[in-house]
Amino acid sequence: MLQTRALGKLVVVQVKLYLREPIAVFFTLLMPVMLLVMMGFILGNEPVSELGGRGHLDVNLSGYAALVIGILGIAGVPIETATRRETGVLRRFRATPLRPLTYIASDVLGNFAMMVLGVTVVFLLGRFGYGVRFHGSLPTLALGVFLSAAAFLSVAYVLASIIPTSRAAMVVGNVLLYPMLVLSGAVVPQQVMPETVRNVARFVPLTYVVTLFGGLWSGHGLSEHLREILVLGGVLIVGVALAAWLFRWE
Amino acid sequence: MGEKVVEVDGLVKRYGDLTAIDDISFDIRAGEIFGMVGPNGAGKTTTVECIEGLRRPDQGTVRVLGMRPGVDHYALAERIGIQFQVDALPPRIKVGETLDLFAHFYSNPLEWQKLLEQLGLSAKKHSPFATLSGGQKQRLFIALALVNDPDLLFMDEPTTGLDPQSRRAMWGMVEDIRARGKTVFLTTHSMEEAERLCDRVAIMDHGRIMALDTPDNLIAALKAETRVVFAVEGRMDTEVLSDIPGVTRVEQRNGRVVVHGSGSGFLGRVISALESSKVSFGQLRTEEPGLEDVFLALTGREMRD
Repeated sequence: MLQTRALGKLVVVQVKLYLREPIAVFFTLLMPVMLLVMMGFILGNEPVSELGGRGHLDVNLSGYAALVIGILGIAGVPIETATRRETGVLRRFRATPLRPLTYIASDVLGNFAMMVLGVTVVFLLGRFGYGVRFHGSLPTLALGVFLSAAAFLSVAYVLASIIPTSRAAMVVGNVLLYPMLVLSGAVVPQQVMPETVRNVARFVPLTYVVTLFGGLWSGHGLSEHLREILVLGGVLIVGVALAAWLFRWE
Repeated sequence: MGEKVVEVDGLVKRYGDLTAIDDISFDIRAGEIFGMVGPNGAGKTTTVECIEGLRRPDQGTVRVLGMRPGVDHYALAERIGIQFQVDALPPRIKVGETLDLFAHFYSNPLEWQKLLEQLGLSAKKHSPFATLSGGQKQRLFIALALVNDPDLLFMDEPTTGLDPQSRRAMWGMVEDIRARGKTVFLTTHSMEEAERLCDRVAIMDHGRIMALDTPDNLIAALKAETRVVFAVEGRMDTEVLSDIPGVTRVEQRNGRVVVHGSGSGFLGRVISALESSKVSFGQLRTEEPGLEDVFLALTGREMRD
């Protein structure tokens, strides 16, 4: 049973709390934007022969957008949830008729909104600030963003359910996050990676987000990305099932 | 006495080899302030948490407002208020925002603005939780525990860590809550607090209830002596005092006389004996036995904070 009155209020409060946390906002919303600005400054977006006549930002923009989803999903949400469990904030909620499902739904919706906002900022800045040409369709790209965000939030809640303390969440977050950022092609384009690295990258979920965003941005339809959709959809379903089973207030 | 709001029968809770609660039974009646006192580690918090349904007892039955804690969790949560010993909120959440949020969790919440006013927090409505003082945080948690207008309020060590002024303010608040017809279950390790606030007190040690009664009855059952202490100039002849019925012992040292004794009218007889013997005395006070002495008599140990 979802408590709609409680849910609506809680989503608003979750988003406000998130936006009041300067460090969280910096690492999730601002870092990908800063990366885009820095790369735009250093490399520009002139056509380059190694990238098949495309510019650096043409190739990397979808990676920076995927970063937002990766950072919040792997580090942001698990660290915040573990902190709340550790300090007793979740216990405060447990003392009320609030149901765990309502709490999780509010946190997921709030973070979903933040992910969509972050991705939108990166894409808008790339398109209008650096003239990265958009060849795709907006609704299709939006669907891809929604699916990726949902899949990573389910991963976030699996991590949040099994990691006991905020310190452990920070360690796990960093251990998973940095290799993921590099391997997935979110920071360095996959095209310039050796074959062996690309083989390893196939096991990194964020790779599929980067590929999906890149494809949809450059004009592919969803039917050309069935593999990415299946992988991310699978992650979403397994993640939701695991999180529902594992989540504890305390 | 009112109906039974809480019924605990044969409650046992173990953590591995440690028996935190060792077969306790008691009832809490509607409208009373029921206190559970004892040193840290006596099992008070575990007992409260079993009654709230946050911990599952190993043995025994618990009924709260006719419901089963833990099993009827959501229905019960609508009608009880809980204040934890260690309580937390996100540091950047604002006071008014918090109450508005928690009011949305219940079907019939109170008007939270009024509640803030009653608890003296209106001026802090826009302050983030992290900027509140200890006493203000404690009042906010009380407001959260009251926002559903509960029939039964749990307060686990509400004054621990508060300065004396906030502590007295908190006592006034607990009395106000009772005056509104609510039942309060309070734990404390302060005997003074239990004596001052509670209608009935359960004294707990090593997971057992050593005694349960009104503070007056507990103290009376001790048959402990009252001491009458006063100052005299020079030395007085104490024979006039030791002949009074009920007096057991008289000490005189450095201009101070201590009369030990008990029984009704003991104090009056001491004073009239002093008056009639024309002794000039001053700074007279009595020292009554308290729950502190009850604990000492029951356990052979001093209660330590």
